[in-house]
Amino acid sequence: MAVVELEKIVKDYGTTRAIQGVDLRIENGEFCVFVGPSGCGKSTLLRMIAGLEEITNGELRLDGQRVNEQRASQRGLAMVFQTYALYPHMTVRQNLAFGLENIKTPKDEIKARVDGAAKMLQIESYLDRKPKQLSGGQRQRVAIGRAVVREPRVFLFDEPLSNLDAELRVTMRGEISSLHRRLGNTMIYVTHDQVEAMTMADKIVVLRAGVIEQVGTPLELYNRPVNQFVAGFIGSPRMNFVDVTVDAVDGEVVTVKDANGHAYRAAVDGSGLAKGDAAQLGIRPDHLDIGGADGHEVTVNAIEQLGGDSYLYCERPDGTKLTAHIAGQTPIKRGDKARAVFRPELSHLFRKDTGLAQKRLKIGEAV
Amino acid sequence: MSLGFLTRTRGRGRFDITDWLTWIYLFTAIFLMFGPVLWVVLSSFKTEAALQEYPPTLLPLAPITVSVEGYEEPLQLFRVIAGEHEGKVLAQVRRIGLMSQMVDPANPAEKLQVNINDRVPEREFALALENYTALFDRFNFGLYFWNSAFITVVATIITVLFNSMAAFALSKYQFRGRTIVFVLIIATLMIPPTINLIPIYLVVAELGLVNSPWGVIWPAVATPTGVFLLRQYMLTIPDDLLDAARMDHASEWKVYWRIVLPLSAPALAVLVIFSVMWRWNEFLWPLIVLSRSENFTLQLALNSFQGELQTAWSNLLAMTILTLLPITLVFAVLQKYVTTGIASSGVK
Repeated sequence: MAVVELEKIVKDYGTTRAIQGVDLRIENGEFCVFVGPSGCGKSTLLRMIAGLEEITNGELRLDGQRVNEQRASQRGLAMVFQTYALYPHMTVRQNLAFGLENIKTPKDEIKARVDGAAKMLQIESYLDRKPKQLSGGQRQRVAIGRAVVREPRVFLFDEPLSNLDAELRVTMRGEISSLHRRLGNTMIYVTHDQVEAMTMADKIVVLRAGVIEQVGTPLELYNRPVNQFVAGFIGSPRMNFVDVTVDAVDGEVVTVKDANGHAYRAAVDGSGLAKGDAAQLGIRPDHLDIGGADGHEVTVNAIEQLGGDSYLYCERPDGTKLTAHIAGQTPIKRGDKARAVFRPELSHLFRKDTGLAQKRLKIGEAV
Repeated sequence: MSLGFLTRTRGRGRFDITDWLTWIYLFTAIFLMFGPVLWVVLSSFKTEAALQEYPPTLLPLAPITVSVEGYEEPLQLFRVIAGEHEGKVLAQVRRIGLMSQMVDPANPAEKLQVNINDRVPEREFALALENYTALFDRFNFGLYFWNSAFITVVATIITVLFNSMAAFALSKYQFRGRTIVFVLIIATLMIPPTINLIPIYLVVAELGLVNSPWGVIWPAVATPTGVFLLRQYMLTIPDDLLDAARMDHASEWKVYWRIVLPLSAPALAVLVIFSVMWRWNEFLWPLIVLSRSENFTLQLALNSFQGELQTAWSNLLAMTILTLLPITLVFAVLQKYVTTGIASSGVK
């Protein structure tokens, strides 16, 4: 149980700065997910919290106490690795017990804790096997079990599911979530998969190039991304963007025009914008109304019918690609012309120069 | 299955020319490699007299003797190949000049004269085990064996320990000058050992280790080959395992001892084989450092059989066989690691 605080954390590799002054507070019992594209520094940040990477500058506090100088072995955290990192020469039981032996836990307590964790993770039946005799999912459970038996202050997960197949990933996702509910520990989870982030997190931290772009609950990030990067990163498929120029700013509605002169309205705060400013209009595929009688014409290039959902990959006459998601099935076929509507209360608007979002005044979902 | 493998041919069902060549090549190789060893083994069971015989025989043969009525000593049997008594097997009573006085064991009363060129000794297969027992009774084999074993075992343990620690540091820690240190270690391979001989002797003498087994052990324990072999292997151990151990409260020593060392077992086995072979077979350095015979290793003891004027070949050969045995056993047990250890330490 612990509060993790990062203050102006910096990491330099030689002359390159991998982490550029990160400030973050992770509350006790919170499930915090670091998400970002590869190379954004999320794993480095996690390893710095773990104590496996040195902190170049700034302060890391656990429960208010500075731990920069403590070794990984002294911080009392547990980590689950992407490669599982099970000790290949030890049985599952020895793997689980290794950490406890190192802190001189009495034998019977080790046994009790290992058996408890094994029962919880349903790995009792292969406690005496070696890791190489286990499947990927079983190894993952053992890796989690190794963290659980230690009863750590904070659990750290470094892309734990990325080596599993899709189906197993969904199952394990649920299991880690329920583990968090049961244990109530602070957990920090690194992933590049925004679906994992959205489904598991209490709080998501979006990172890019060593900088925190936004911190918030999954729905905050989905509904009110602070900039174009977050808007594009959170949500699947990606948000559609259309190049526009501001035509009129009117209190609660900003009117914009695209290159062809089509006008759109977005229900966003227009402060800071003036007529003629370059901007990007953003709308999520889920929110693009397609197939109605009005709206702008698009050509459907490709279509994916999943039965319960349909994805339409469209192109506007000027070449801008649009993706639309329709619940259920659709009669539209490849090559058809269709009409797409950008509803103002579901639209986002980003300044072209800074990429920052204009504050949305109405959140479509809430309506 | 192995029979199917061995009798497999390139030609369908019959021998192709490549099959013939393969078999010839392999049998020649076996003969070249094992022929001398086999000969040494067989010769070690010959008596000193049989060893001096010309032409030499492959099998250890000893002259047959019989006790004949009327003679106290057993008499040697000969087969007569020419002359009056051709074809008979007779026992020799005594030899007088070119003639030998013989008796027929069946008829001991009658004495026969035979030219010594007309008779050949009757021989039978006999193992001269006294060659071996003499080693223990007269030549203090046990002491030399103990000296050799002590030096080999202790030097190997220290070699493995030191080299693996060096390899661990060089493969798993990032520090300034890591490459330079590694290159320096490897570079010592280029210096011929004979050049080091005198400086090392001076150091050993200064430390008072002359005529002590430690004088042989200490200069040998740091081997660049060992460091290189282990480092290359340890590079293949994923860093995540070490990090996982660190997260599991393991100290750096524990990471080394509980994680890295067990996982390097194949490479360690290779180094053990090498080290045992090097130390056991080492001759020049012990010869220089150990001058008192109670400190001799087996190799030095073997050498001392070879005198200026005469050589005790029978005992020398017997001791050679006993010297070969332990190292053969070590190799037989650990050889399966050699290929895996060397193969996987080279690549990746």
